Amino acid sequence: MKYVRQFLIILFISLMGEILKYFLPLPIPASIYGMVLMFAALKSGIIKLASVKETAHFLIDIMPIMFIPAGVGLMDSVGTLKSILIPVFVITVVTNITVMGVTGRVAQAMRKGADAHE
Amino acid sequence: MNDFFQNSLFAGVTLSLLSYILGMMLKKRFKIALFNPLLISIAVTIAVLLVAKVDYSAYNAGAKNLSWFMTPATVCLAIPLYEQWELLKKNYKAVLLSLLAGTLTSVFTILLLSMLFKLNHTEFVTLLPKSITTAIGMGVSEELGGYVTITVAVIVMTGILGNVFGELICRLFRITDPIAKGLSLGASAHAIGTAKAMEIGEVEGAMSGLAIAVSGVLTVIVAPFVAKLL
Repeated sequence: MKYVRQFLIILFISLMGEILKYFLPLPIPASIYGMVLMFAALKSGIIKLASVKETAHFLIDIMPIMFIPAGVGLMDSVGTLKSILIPVFVITVVTNITVMGVTGRVAQAMRKGADAHE
Repeated sequence: MNDFFQNSLFAGVTLSLLSYILGMMLKKRFKIALFNPLLISIAVTIAVLLVAKVDYSAYNAGAKNLSWFMTPATVCLAIPLYEQWELLKKNYKAVLLSLLAGTLTSVFTILLLSMLFKLNHTEFVTLLPKSITTAIGMGVSEELGGYVTITVAVIVMTGILGNVFGELICRLFRITDPIAKGLSLGASAHAIGTAKAMEIGEVEGAMSGLAIAVSGVLTVIVAPFVAKLL
């Protein structure tokens, strides 16, 4: 029963996310609204951590396999990408490196700065 | 074979999981970034589908049930975030500023390279939301008049690259702090990068999950202005 109840709570919050998406005209997906709602519910004590924990960790644990179908979908998009394949590839690789480098270095530098002040 | 896949509930999912396990075994044996279970499973699944002459749509008729879990799983990213709340509160400035810097780096790198490759406006705005999570990225691409299907493909490519090479890139830039690592994975490779961050550690995972939401929203705000530049 524990897992049924936990799964129900998670699905209910996902549904609330869908409802918000339906009424708000922003390009923000139901999952992000749901994430915010779940966080707010935990923080305010409406939902106890113990009443979602195990199922949540299970879902997060198996998250990588949820991306396999989308990745396999690349076999169909190679055709449409053909004309700009090389620029797209270069942009994807370069942006990955610059974004990771900048985000990580800025965060790390600010963390070190904060520690130095303490 | 195509017909069988089309009507099967389990063929697509089983093939996907089987190839993922194969990827995990290879990773354990060889410990090379390229032997990434997600990458291997996608490659093996595509190869099997091509050899067996099964269309993607037939495969996806069953495999889409895996994607169904994506929304509840993303909702669950709030749990590690809640568990790491004190750490987040203490570092909120570093979190917000680094994610803003990352978002701006993303859109301006794309702008610069699009100019270099002489891409037209439609191609440029198609690529603009490539670092953020699929569902938000699709919305941005549509709003700006991009090719949504290509946007999705590029977002997935970005995520897989981040998942495979994320740890290597962190090492390259000497990013060792768990918070910084998580933020950079989430900011550049969204949910697929977060899957990797979760494997590295709890703090990395929580920060990466947070980065998906914050970078996504920042891109929604910034993209329309940057789109006018090309």
